[in-house]
Amino acid sequence: MASVKSLRPLPALPEGWSAESNFIAHAPLSASVHRKLEPVGPHFLAHARRKRHSRTFSEDDRIQASQNVKSVEDDDVGEISEPESPLLLQRDPKDWKNQDHYAVLGLSKYRYKATDEQIKKAHRKKVLKHHPDKRAASGATEDDSFFKCIQKAMEVLSDPARRRQFDSVDEDANRDPPTKKAKGNFFKLWSVVFESEARFSKNQPVPKFGDEKSTEQAVEEFYNFWYNFDSWRTFEYLDEDVPDDNENRDQKRSVERKNKASRTKRKTEDTARLRKLVDDCQNLDTRIKAFRDAKKKQRNAKRDARDAEEKRVAEEARIKAEEDKKRKEEEEVAAKASKESSKKAKEAAKTAVKKNKRVLKGSVKDANYFVSGIASPDVIDKVLSDVELIIAKIDAEDLGVFAKKLEANKGADAVKATYLAQASGMVSKGLIKAGELKILTSA
Amino acid sequence: MSAAPSPPASPPESDSKTVIGIAFGNTNSSIAYTSPDGKAEVIANEEGDRQIPSVLSYIGSEEYHGAQAKSHLVRNAKNTVCYFRDFLGKSFASIDPTNSHTSAHPVDVGGTTSFNLQQTEDETATPVSISEITTRHLLRLKDSASDFLGSKIGGAVITVPTDFTDAQRSALIAAAKAADLEVLQIIHEPVAACLAYDARNNTIPTDKTILVVDLGGTRCDAAVVSSRGGMYTIIATAHDYELGGLQLDQVLVDHFAKEFLKRNKVDPREDARSLAKLKLEAEGTKRTLSLGNSATISIESLAGGYDFHSTVNRLRYEMLAKKVFDQIVGLAESVVTKAELDLLDIDEVILSGGTSHTPKIASRLAQIFPVTTQINAPATSAVALNPSELSARGAAIQASLIAEFDQEDIEQSTHPAVTVAPHLVKSVGVVIDGADDSFQTLLEAQTAVPARRTAQFIVPNGGDVIVKICEGVREIVVSKPEAKPNGVKDDDDSEEEEEEEADVRNRVFKVERVVAEAAVRGVEKGSKIEVTLNVGSDLALSVAARVVGGQQGARGTVEGTDKKE
Repeated sequence: MASVKSLRPLPALPEGWSAESNFIAHAPLSASVHRKLEPVGPHFLAHARRKRHSRTFSEDDRIQASQNVKSVEDDDVGEISEPESPLLLQRDPKDWKNQDHYAVLGLSKYRYKATDEQIKKAHRKKVLKHHPDKRAASGATEDDSFFKCIQKAMEVLSDPARRRQFDSVDEDANRDPPTKKAKGNFFKLWSVVFESEARFSKNQPVPKFGDEKSTEQAVEEFYNFWYNFDSWRTFEYLDEDVPDDNENRDQKRSVERKNKASRTKRKTEDTARLRKLVDDCQNLDTRIKAFRDAKKKQRNAKRDARDAEEKRVAEEARIKAEEDKKRKEEEEVAAKASKESSKKAKEAAKTAVKKNKRVLKGSVKDANYFVSGIASPDVIDKVLSDVELIIAKIDAEDLGVFAKKLEANKGADAVKATYLAQASGMVSKGLIKAGELKILTSA
Repeated sequence: MSAAPSPPASPPESDSKTVIGIAFGNTNSSIAYTSPDGKAEVIANEEGDRQIPSVLSYIGSEEYHGAQAKSHLVRNAKNTVCYFRDFLGKSFASIDPTNSHTSAHPVDVGGTTSFNLQQTEDETATPVSISEITTRHLLRLKDSASDFLGSKIGGAVITVPTDFTDAQRSALIAAAKAADLEVLQIIHEPVAACLAYDARNNTIPTDKTILVVDLGGTRCDAAVVSSRGGMYTIIATAHDYELGGLQLDQVLVDHFAKEFLKRNKVDPREDARSLAKLKLEAEGTKRTLSLGNSATISIESLAGGYDFHSTVNRLRYEMLAKKVFDQIVGLAESVVTKAELDLLDIDEVILSGGTSHTPKIASRLAQIFPVTTQINAPATSAVALNPSELSARGAAIQASLIAEFDQEDIEQSTHPAVTVAPHLVKSVGVVIDGADDSFQTLLEAQTAVPARRTAQFIVPNGGDVIVKICEGVREIVVSKPEAKPNGVKDDDDSEEEEEEEADVRNRVFKVERVVAEAAVRGVEKGSKIEVTLNVGSDLALSVAARVVGGQQGARGTVEGTDKKE
């Protein structure tokens, strides 16, 4: 915190000044005014940090200090130290092509995962230990062969292109696929294989192998990825040494050609190997079968449902047809019965009408055709034609009523009156025109 | 597979994103970045300009930017957009189009300010909104920065004047977003200038009151900023929208035009193209006059087919521009008055903006302030930074400070809950031995609390001493030069006499009220006493006095008045 350099003298304590614990509080500070600080600059950010976490100055200093210490420690995490095996120490630096550069630098547990920072640190550490001058100082022989190995390893691993070439053929980083007899979790065994193969992918991140709970989409994506695998793996590292320029040019070219051919061959082999590996894994993958079964079940379920539906519809149709048939039969029977009964009634009505007609004709005859003495054929004819007209025009019901009236009223005059009443009634109803009647008119 | 890092040939992208500071001005813009060793540097664009004119020009489908576009003001004025920063985020009704009179005119398209520009091979003009213009300008600045730095720009801090409204800020953020530029924070220009100066040395800045005078091309702003423990509070601001470098250009334009008129009987100010030519050259002449004692101007075929060649010396120019200088000094004085301070209270003056290169402005301001006040301008201080670059540098420093912050972190830190803090209204200090009531200020007025200050005092004679904590009041004592100084000592040496004035004005601190007393007993002769004052956010004052390297001491607390927040 800001300090004011003053170094001015303080006044002496007045005589008789005394207070408990040498301190007197007189008055509070004057009321403050609220202003807006400009949110700019390192000191404001410190203020903001204190305010947001409600720390005091000294707390904040302490926390910041402890955080700074921690971040230093984090840098040290991953410090590398692997003791060299005696075999490694005896390596011939000339045989650098077959040397495990990671093991030489003590990074064999990191391999392709080692960061540039780790490689640099590991190299530094090895150099400090194995520098020829140091070995000479400690009385050992001036054998700098391992130091040369270290330098070679650094040369390869510090150059990204050459490190890739070495990583491409780094057998120790490969994980062989599990044999069929291998025991253990299928997913665990295979995921390490794919993890090691994934380092060659140009597309990162690589989808995960997953486990038995993975979704179908994830599994499909995984296999699609591996069938379309884009690999940066190269095999230049295994090239035969090309002779120097000053030697035979033809020989040089032939070696180069050979190298090229073998690179291509190895690459093809590697692609085929990976393909077979993915094939094998897919064949063994229980999830695929499970998905297929589930799909089948789903499809079958659909078909079953469709069948059941069809069956149900057919059954319904059958029941309906039966019902229809039954109803039809019943209707037929009923129709027949009603037909017969109506026939009888009609016949009865017919006889009634005949009878009534007879009554009518008879009544006229009984009334001596409404004349006294012997009726002339002309009158008989006219009366009868009138009666016929009435009979023709009258309906069956009125005819019955009329016949009954006639039977009740005996005597020529009464009969005539009845007829006249009937005739006039019918004329007024419009059944008979007034002119049609010859005798039985009221006029 | 998750453990597999990206293959060695493509090393992982470094986590820290590249951030820049942008000073977006009406006349010029600049971009700056902070180098890995913590120094802010201003970036030159493709043409090598560090002050990139905020101008866009269109010829056919070609877009020109910066100095190239500015030169098009002569031939292609109608398709050239200048001085548009202040239009951003304002309705057409509230803008002042005066400065755009000689370039593309702003037009009202449904309430938003736009410019009618021909941007295609055919001659039809289409309206381009102000936010679109800003986006294009920011895009060009961003591209220049990413070309220079060779990496994608992850974010920027942009400086704006103190009177920028919230609407203008959000319009600026939206325009930047359209240019694919994330605005980390918008900061005030005067504060950026303070930060640029304070970041030069890594020590905690001393408490001081700074007057920042920002002299731009089209406007001048002044602000009184109190810097307490490295935290800045703006006490007062003043603006003059009709004062700036253009007024100085105009002075030269008028001068040369009269000379040309006398020689050739043609007034170059009457023809738009002649005027544009003359303005462009007069600006160059003005810049030369800031460095040398005389400057030439030569324009081929200025007006009526006549060439023009002339020379002007600095004295002549300063005489002609006196009125403008007076206005600038007046603005500086007015803002100090507005802050309820005296000129003696200003410890430092920072001149910012391109016009600050003019030596006379710096010397005129130096005259009105006491000699102890440091005037940070190229003419008065050898170590002054380039005033044109201050805003951009400050923004770049702030950008590097918050580069690692999440957006949420920034928002929380700039929230009023954090930024609004109680400020002391009275200075708090310790009474020292000597004449009556003289005291050493520990906490100056306008210090944001919580705050903590420490000071060391000596005890020359040993024995018992008293540490008396007081609130002080600043007084201006006017004395005749003949009269002996009244012996009152104040905290800094501002009492040095100013011979040229009849009255000598001094700033002294008087004890107004004793807050607390503490006694330290039995101090050895010649030892030092360290006094720490700690003021909490509730204005509670805790005092600790102890002998350096000894056991004796006293401590106590004075309860605060404000409620605990």
